[in-house]
Amino acid sequence: MLKFYTERCKGCGICAYFCPRGVLEVTELNKSAIKSGKEKDCISCGQCEMRCPDFAIFVQKEGA
Amino acid sequence: MKSMEELVNVYFRPGRLPHLWCPGCGNGVILGALLKAIDAEGLEKDNVAIISGIGCSSRASGYVDFNTANTLHGRALPISTGLKMARPDLNVITLSGDGDCSAIGGNHLIHAVRRNVGLTLVVFNNSIYGMTGGQYSPLTPIGSRATTAPYLTIEPSFDILALAQAAGATFTARATTYHVPVLVDVLRKGIRHDGFSIIEVVTGCPTNFGRQNKIGAPALMMEWQKDHAVPRAAWEKLDDEARRGKFPIGVLFERTDEKEYTKAYDEIIERAQAAKKEETA
Ligand SMILES: Cc1ncc(C[n+]2csc(CCOP(=O)(O)OP(=O)(O)O)c2C)c(N)n1
Ligand code: SF4
Ligand code: SF4
Repeated sequence: MLKFYTERCKGCGICAYFCPRGVLEVTELNKSAIKSGKEKDCISCGQCEMRCPDFAIFVQKEGA
Repeated sequence: MKSMEELVNVYFRPGRLPHLWCPGCGNGVILGALLKAIDAEGLEKDNVAIISGIGCSSRASGYVDFNTANTLHGRALPISTGLKMARPDLNVITLSGDGDCSAIGGNHLIHAVRRNVGLTLVVFNNSIYGMTGGQYSPLTPIGSRATTAPYLTIEPSFDILALAQAAGATFTARATTYHVPVLVDVLRKGIRHDGFSIIEVVTGCPTNFGRQNKIGAPALMMEWQKDHAVPRAAWEKLDDEARRGKFPIGVLFERTDEKEYTKAYDEIIERAQAAKKEETA
């Protein structure tokens, strides 16, 4: 499951670029978010969390 | 091992996020990797000191809950050296920008290296003076555009690790903000090294380097790192032609035959005390 700290996000687009499943996009509010229709596509690979320079997106283990 | 979210909760000073770095700036990736490394090494907060110079990168010290000081431009190493001399038990980690460390602080660098003071120096190499608006530094690649080089730089850049090695470094390593696991690994090894360790981190300043040099989005700066960095083992097998324009990452050099400076200094203290005893006897 993805957890966003939206107030930390600056819309740099790094997470969206490196997500192997095309799950993320930078919205018109300049924030990272899950693309509509992609809610079930995340494979929890952790790329977005690892690359985010702003500590704004975390991948949480199911049930955690 | 703690998750990144837990690391932030444990090691960030409350209320410091969002940080002040620009969208897509690599500094946050380096700071996150440093927290992972410190945590994985099991260091206590009170036993860690993070000393930085001046620059965007040097702001990193202010965000985290260790013994920290954001000092003077180019002077992070002399202050770190003083601290290490006074408190050899501390893990002193010095953070410095490419300008901070190789231009105004270049002289301090070679002598801290030569003395083998037990510090871990992390050089945030974004190829530019970020904080002051994009002037070129001694690590800016030749042929780059900078506000001080509107017609491109004509100066060859230092290879700061080769420079450190020539000055007698006992540990050199390089990583990038794309290669996060390599970065965490070399930070851990640098912290463990008993002597001066220098870790160059190739990072992106989208605002003041990327824009002037038309590299594009922050993610493309990371893509550039991915395409140009070569793990050391693979690097050893390349000929000069294949190495052109690329650079090796990982631990590049390590030796343990030289005494760490504060340990050598302890011997001076012993000798001086023995001499004094003889005098008074
Ligand atoms: C003695 C002194 N000279 C000049 C400055 C202005 N100054 C502040 S930061 C900086 C350079 C920053 O570049 P770098 O060290 O590469 O760090 P970055 O901002 O790119 O992280 C300069 C020249 C200063 N603060 N003090
Ligand atoms: S965890 Fe992986 S798949 Fe899921 S959103 Fe992040 S990058 Fe995409
Ligand atoms: S100017 Fe460059 S180095 Fe400074 S915060 Fe912005 S992107 Fe980062």
